[in-house]
Amino acid sequence: MSAASAERRGEPIVSVRDLQVRFQTSDRRATVKAVDGVNFDVRRGETFGIIGESGSGKTTIGRALVFLLKPSAGAILHDGIDPLALSRGEFQSHRRDYQIIFQDPNAALNPRMTILASVLEPLELARVGSRAERERQAREALERVGLPQEFGERYPHQLSGGQKQRVVIARALTLKPKLIVCDEVVAALDMSIRGDVLNLFADLQRDLGLTYVFITHDLAVVSHISERVAVMYLGQFVELGPTEEVAERPLHPYTIALLSAEPRPLPSAMREESRIVLQGEVPSPIDPPSGCRFRTRCPHAQPLCIDRVPEWRELKPDHWVACHFADRPNFSPNTLETTP
Amino acid sequence: MEAGQPAQRKAEGARDGARPLLSVRGLGIRFKTSQGIWQATRRIDFDIAPGERVGIVGESGCGKTITGLSILRLLPGNFAGLDGKILFDGTDLASCSARQMRAIRGKRIAMIFQEPMSALDPVFTVGHQIAETLRVHTDVSYEEARAKTLEMLRRVGIASPERRIDDYPHQLSGGMRQRVMIAASLICGPQLLIADEPTTALDVTVQAQILELLRDISETSKTALMLITHDLGVVAETCTRMITMYAGEVIEDATVDEALVRPLHPYTSGLLRSLPHLSPRHGRLPSIPGRVPSIAEMPAGCRFRARCAHAAKGCETEQKLQDAGGGRKVRCWRFAELNLPGALHPPDTPAAAKVATQ
Ligand SMILES: Nc1ncnc2c1ncn2[C@@H]1O[C@H](COP(=O)(O)OP(=O)(O)OP(=O)(O)O)[C@@H](O)[C@H]1O
Ligand SMILES: Nc1ncnc2c1ncn2[C@@H]1O[C@H](COP(=O)(O)OP(=O)(O)O)[C@@H](O)[C@H]1O
Ligand code: SF4
Ligand code: SF4
Ligand SMILES: [Mg+2]
Ligand SMILES: [Mg+2]
Repeated sequence: MSAASAERRGEPIVSVRDLQVRFQTSDRRATVKAVDGVNFDVRRGETFGIIGESGSGKTTIGRALVFLLKPSAGAILHDGIDPLALSRGEFQSHRRDYQIIFQDPNAALNPRMTILASVLEPLELARVGSRAERERQAREALERVGLPQEFGERYPHQLSGGQKQRVVIARALTLKPKLIVCDEVVAALDMSIRGDVLNLFADLQRDLGLTYVFITHDLAVVSHISERVAVMYLGQFVELGPTEEVAERPLHPYTIALLSAEPRPLPSAMREESRIVLQGEVPSPIDPPSGCRFRTRCPHAQPLCIDRVPEWRELKPDHWVACHFADRPNFSPNTLETTP
Repeated sequence: MEAGQPAQRKAEGARDGARPLLSVRGLGIRFKTSQGIWQATRRIDFDIAPGERVGIVGESGCGKTITGLSILRLLPGNFAGLDGKILFDGTDLASCSARQMRAIRGKRIAMIFQEPMSALDPVFTVGHQIAETLRVHTDVSYEEARAKTLEMLRRVGIASPERRIDDYPHQLSGGMRQRVMIAASLICGPQLLIADEPTTALDVTVQAQILELLRDISETSKTALMLITHDLGVVAETCTRMITMYAGEVIEDATVDEALVRPLHPYTSGLLRSLPHLSPRHGRLPSIPGRVPSIAEMPAGCRFRARCAHAAKGCETEQKLQDAGGGRKVRCWRFAELNLPGALHPPDTPAAAKVATQ
């Protein structure tokens, strides 16, 4: 990490303001509000986790952050710059600093290209240096992700899932990005190698000063790797704070339920007897509930929750929540009743 | 074993019980492939007692699904042979005729899968599909079948089943489809339910509902459950016993508590230690080096040897699934001398000590 970037650690590298992303349904009759008014900063050098159930809008935020899709409303600033205001050429070179990696390494790698050729590709597209220089950088990236030199000559089908994911990471690293959005990057990997890949992310962050946005539905993964975590429900953030705070002193009823639902590999004597089992499933983002979006499943919903959208407020330092009643003293996980 | 742990006591009782419901001995499956005959699984031994809930865990490709399918004799087209015995309530399923199997499948042994959509027929209503299973196996009138279907839908937690019974599968959410699958599998009151990753495609809050339902049903109707999953948390929440598979073999068989606290096989221990939520936040995660050997290049001797930190001279010999005392089994000759960490570590935390001494 350079001295300059080390100094700026903690400053916002990405600022998201009132982000909205809407899609037309395939019959064009309705609009899906995939992301509906989200605000946050990602700080330089941190790992920012986003957690939520499927369809909550995590991937959509990730794609918007690297401008793979255009926000329907609101703004995303990179280092204070609005990339959409840049010229075409400037935009193309700017984008290299903000990369995204997805769950399935098979989809990201061309089966007919050698591993080295796959890693070289982004460098060639960006016309970086001479051919020899590009190859040197690609080999360096492979070495960084812990793949032996001879893997460069192999094809994707000759690699395991974990090794393929390493290649995809190497590919994202060649352009020396500042930020990488990691969308469910360990979900497809076997348990025994997930640890390896998570360790690799941590090493690269330390060595290269990278910033990550780590998207996952897996609470264990997010709490292991992130400094801060945001909890998403139906296109909105319901809670955001330091990981330890959110995991141990959650403020939002949805977060509390999510933590309680997580199956824990603990012996019976150490598992909590009562758990909160939410009724029903996530409503459709085409027609979300009025007021608080969680009210149809919330064990604490009140008439107010139907009428009024809860404000996004900083209830404790750096710990944000959107719930009318999150500051009630008796509103803690311990006093929550399990639904019958 | 102390009081206050009814689930565990039940498992003990079941294990010492007279006759197991299912007794698999030396089960092995072969497939024809372009590279010759592949031995996908071999030497699988385990028992399931009536009403017992057993988790089958292991990484992708270790043979969990194949084992489940072979009990029902539902093997893919390139199936090339089955060794061993599958004793179910005294009958060897391995030597049953196709006709005998049809009478058992769906009635006495039922199976549910990860993706309920692929198991439900899109052109029939859910009510029709559930009632049909009942009508194939029992002599009931249309009205009786419909009434029983309604009752079963209610039982699996479908709200206002009268309104749902005539819905088509695509009209239901993922969680509701899995409930319908469970209703269809339970309608004939099977003695054994094989559930292959039944919650992997579901969100965590819906997963919690389905696991609670499976546990509840097995307790109240005494249906034995064989739960196939790669998620050790799911096993801990749902089952009383855990069978760990590696590279086509059973490598450990113990109660869930024993396996989590004091695993005897280095692979089980490695798996438990590599789980993120059990290690200190932001610390390095222990992981198992290397990868599962492919079927084509299975090593002789212990199949875990190339990845095992405890490999020694002697491990190159074939490993038997041996009795480790107290009803436990392990496929590692060094188990007694290794003192392996489990899910709680350091293993001498008061909580771990408390569990270990029970
Ligand atoms: N039809 C088939 N032909 C050849 N090999 C097969 C066939 N079906 C399965 N196998 C092989 O048998 C082994 C066991 O497969 P199985 O599906 O039982 O794994 P699993 O433990 O259920 O894995 P997962 O967790 O990924 O579902 C694997 O190596 C697999 O590649
Ligand atoms: N290209 C698209 N067209 C229409 N709807 C979409 C599209 N991409 C995502 N959606 C919808 O937006 C919502 C959020 O999706 P997504 O961001 O993929 O969620 P997550 O990653 O949290 O599972 C979902 O309802 C999804 O169906
Ligand atoms: S605002 Fe109301 S419905 Fe929403 S989470 Fe808070 S208590 Fe529940
Ligand atoms: S037999 Fe040897 S190599 Fe295999 S698990 Fe035991 S100690 Fe490790
Ligand atoms: Mg996604
Ligand atoms: Mg399987």
